[in-house]
Amino acid sequence: MSLAIEGNRHGRASGSGGIDADRIFHGVTFGAAAIVLAVLIGVFISLLVGAWPALRTFGLGFFVTESWNPVTEKFGALAPLYGTLVTSLIAMLIAVPVGLGIAIFLTETCPRPLRRPIGIAIELLAGIPSIIYGIWGLFVFAPFMQTVVQPAIISTLGAIPGIGFLFFGPPYGIGLLTSGLILAMMIVPFIASTAREVFLTVPSVLREAAFGMGMTRWEVNRSIIIPYVRSALVGGTMLALGRALGETMAVTFVIGNAHRIPSSILSPGTTISAAIANEFTEATAGIYTSSLIALGFVLFVITFAVLSAAQLMLRQMKKKAGE
Amino acid sequence: MESKLARRKLVNTVMMSLTTMAAALGLLVLAIILGYLFIRGISSFDLSLFTQDTPGPQEPGGLRNAIVGSLMMTALAMAIGLPVGVLAGTYLAEYGRFSKLSSIIRFINDVLLSAPSIIVGLFVYQLLVVTLGHFSGYAGTVALSILVVPIIVRTTEDVLRLVPDQLREAGLAVGVSRWMVIRKVIYSSARAGIITGILLSLARISGETAPLLFTSLSNNFFSWNLNAPLASLPITIFQFALSPYDNWQALAWAGALLITIAVLSLSILARLLTTKKERA
Repeated sequence: MSLAIEGNRHGRASGSGGIDADRIFHGVTFGAAAIVLAVLIGVFISLLVGAWPALRTFGLGFFVTESWNPVTEKFGALAPLYGTLVTSLIAMLIAVPVGLGIAIFLTETCPRPLRRPIGIAIELLAGIPSIIYGIWGLFVFAPFMQTVVQPAIISTLGAIPGIGFLFFGPPYGIGLLTSGLILAMMIVPFIASTAREVFLTVPSVLREAAFGMGMTRWEVNRSIIIPYVRSALVGGTMLALGRALGETMAVTFVIGNAHRIPSSILSPGTTISAAIANEFTEATAGIYTSSLIALGFVLFVITFAVLSAAQLMLRQMKKKAGE
Repeated sequence: MESKLARRKLVNTVMMSLTTMAAALGLLVLAIILGYLFIRGISSFDLSLFTQDTPGPQEPGGLRNAIVGSLMMTALAMAIGLPVGVLAGTYLAEYGRFSKLSSIIRFINDVLLSAPSIIVGLFVYQLLVVTLGHFSGYAGTVALSILVVPIIVRTTEDVLRLVPDQLREAGLAVGVSRWMVIRKVIYSSARAGIITGILLSLARISGETAPLLFTSLSNNFFSWNLNAPLASLPITIFQFALSPYDNWQALAWAGALLITIAVLSLSILARLLTTKKERA
């Protein structure tokens, strides 16, 4: 298959467009592909250069300092890092089971004529821009959290000794929990559509054999299908995690932008991306701006690692499916 | 024995109902979001939205400057991102299909596809805003085009790979050079797929806010000048929604409705194109 293509690396000089034109086109396409590489390297270098003054001033202490004080010019990344991780964790705890549930529903329970429309509707949810989730979160969801959900949580979960400190304090409406829930709504469709896609790659022989053994629908999904596509599921989930970690606008509206590490997940906090979005244009040049870019650099490194791992796992799955 | 089977059946019923509930929850969220958008957005959704510029607090006005700014940046970003993306996708699918470098670029492209857009904003800030000394529509355009490229690269490569190798071989066998084969044969059979990629990337960038925050910034006045801060729909929504003024908040909702309609129509159109191709 590849022989003819590789053998004719630059074709024959005849007809319209000869070897030269082909060489030029080859070079141009290569240049365009190299731009992709250059962008990544450019992002890395430019962020590192911008972050350098802050990283040099604060050293490794930058990552373990909670204080974020533009007046005394003391900056630390711990509070935004904490907020980013906690909101993403809340989002994943909810979105993974719900997303998998939707995928199983779409491949198993859903009546056939409804599969396509429901699948499309769920994917439309993924297409809604994050600023829409933000404005909706601020004006509709946060008041709902403040008046209904949070008082209920405070009076029930907040009263349990041992974990009560997590659900403590006045109901602000905005905060870490609200942000985590909005993030969950945003990533559920990603998880659901990746999971549905990989479920469909499971050979029907496996499924039929399992049913033939007398397994119930749930048992087939839990013990046969999910284990069969495990690595792709983990990959898809990490892809969603990458999105949650870097999501900006939806979180910026509802996080509260408070640079501290609250013990309660009902309290306002901040995330890396929300801190950058909220403060960057107002930041004075110098160490303040540099600290924000340093936050961006940290976010870039974290998401790059997560997304790379996700890609590797999805690739493994593709290879397996290709065999 | 009997009770064990009963328990398994019970677990099955419970779990399968839970999956149905998960789907219902997803649809419910979609319905609530779209419902609120429509109710809150429609009240100030009229002609003045398109004919008047962003007003001061408690004054009548529209979103004309923001809409024009967004259209300008989106169009120019596509004009930059599309050729780069199609050419890079061509390299990955044709000339460099088997090279080691291609697999690295492919990998990086997939990472860039889901990289946080605010990082792109910071990069362009460092690249263009700091060096040129001011915020500008051009900077916003470059930021958006960086988001376009990975989407176009991925869809182009995928669709070019669907073109059967026999077509390539037939072209080469009659003595046509490779680039003519690509231009005349491969591109024309892959056109629908590339158009889908264009629609998808338009849908993606028309709602992007984070990369514009500190590149194009914003502008309260109507402007064609890309070399100065330029208003855009997402940034205007962001600023107006967080303001304390009723009329600004109402405009933010109207803008949000406008963007959502645009994005959803683009995604649905892209989907229709793909299904038509699959059926054919």
